[in-house]
Amino acid sequence: MEVTHEVAVGMGGIRTAGDLVLRMQLAKGMKINEAKKYVAEKLGVSPIDLSDCYVMKEIREDLNIGRTIPVTGIARGMEAKIRIAKVLGIKINSVERFMAKSGI
Amino acid sequence: MGEFFTRMGDGSGIYMSAEDIRWDLEEGTRDAADRGKIPELTKEELDQLFEIITMPGNVVGVERGNEVVTTSDSGGCKITYHANIAIDRSTAVLIHEKVLGADSLDIGHIDYSYKAVKPVMHNEAAVMELAQLNSVMPVLYGSMPNLGLYTKPDGPVENWAELLPQGKIAEARAAQEEAVEHAVRDIVFVAGGMYEAGADGINLDTCGASGDADVLAALKAIEIIKQKYPDLGVEMGMAGEFVLGMHGQLEYHGVRLAGLYPHKQVKLAEKAGANIFGLVVNTNSNMSFPWNIARTVTFVKACTEAANIPVHVNVGMGVGAIPMTEVPPVDAVSRADKAIVEIGKADGL
Repeated sequence: MEVTHEVAVGMGGIRTAGDLVLRMQLAKGMKINEAKKYVAEKLGVSPIDLSDCYVMKEIREDLNIGRTIPVTGIARGMEAKIRIAKVLGIKINSVERFMAKSGI
Repeated sequence: MGEFFTRMGDGSGIYMSAEDIRWDLEEGTRDAADRGKIPELTKEELDQLFEIITMPGNVVGVERGNEVVTTSDSGGCKITYHANIAIDRSTAVLIHEKVLGADSLDIGHIDYSYKAVKPVMHNEAAVMELAQLNSVMPVLYGSMPNLGLYTKPDGPVENWAELLPQGKIAEARAAQEEAVEHAVRDIVFVAGGMYEAGADGINLDTCGASGDADVLAALKAIEIIKQKYPDLGVEMGMAGEFVLGMHGQLEYHGVRLAGLYPHKQVKLAEKAGANIFGLVVNTNSNMSFPWNIARTVTFVKACTEAANIPVHVNVGMGVGAIPMTEVPPVDAVSRADKAIVEIGKADGL
């Protein structure tokens, strides 16, 4: 059923910019259009592009912020989230803790 | 005009005439408006619903640009415990992220109750830490306040479900009030542990499963969590469309909890400090999908209009007009989703 939801109405997570939009809802309580507008401005695209996996694949690749097929050498997991925090201009809890624990 | 294939609320297929569909749409929105004291859907919105229900094709979807995001409840349990596939929950997070296109996932304990998590919090935190290292999308920790677990013989307080039939109303109320305090302590304790483990958010799910005291516990806990950990995202998801008055007199900031519908529930969630509100509308399995979806969208629209925070509509089996069956048909699921997002203006699912 989860697949049906994604196909019918979902942004698609890291296939597109769904994870970034949700971050803004969770961190700032932004409604969907406000969150899309914020992320779109940070990425330099229009809100409609955020759900386009072709456009977002290029952007995620350029910014190195995590992809569904993480080819050798690209940022994964925490590495990608450190970049996401910078791109969106927000604090990510796990990133803050990683920095503190690793003494970076 | 010919007949259209649709579903009953239990998932079984039926054929309905256009006239019957329109009748059920009108009855569904009227029922929600009457119960919630909210406006019915407009004629244009009912026409739009009719169009969605009768659209050709098995799966339908929103127009380009109208996509929304998703959160989950017991999301980390679906592949592991529910589908019984022998993988770790942090692996389930990666499958949801890289394979299923989820925007987030919540990890939860198999019991999915804060009381049960407290004694094993250190083990649960380790799963969260590992998930956070490897995942890109937000990962939350989820559980239910589940107030019933605090009753004897498993818990410390008297069982109000036994006291009420004996006519011991005052004792039943006192027991619930005591249980609230225990639950708040457990929820805040687990939230603190998950914050330390790097969680992006905490999901208080199925709030109200034990009635109004259950909702009060969630609201009080959220208030404390936001004071102690302002950066931790909080999602408050409900158990049903209507807060049951098992206590009947409990209030939050002067508002009586018993009897509240979603458009009023969300205002209290906001007041407590929640970042996302998880709205529930129950599916009536004896009524048609058109009746259920009209009713659902009526509640959703009233709630999103009242809300200042994002509203994620619960669309699992038996809620949000999704048929009450273990394997919900994609024709009904995709139509419910489209209607909830495009007419109800939901911010997510």
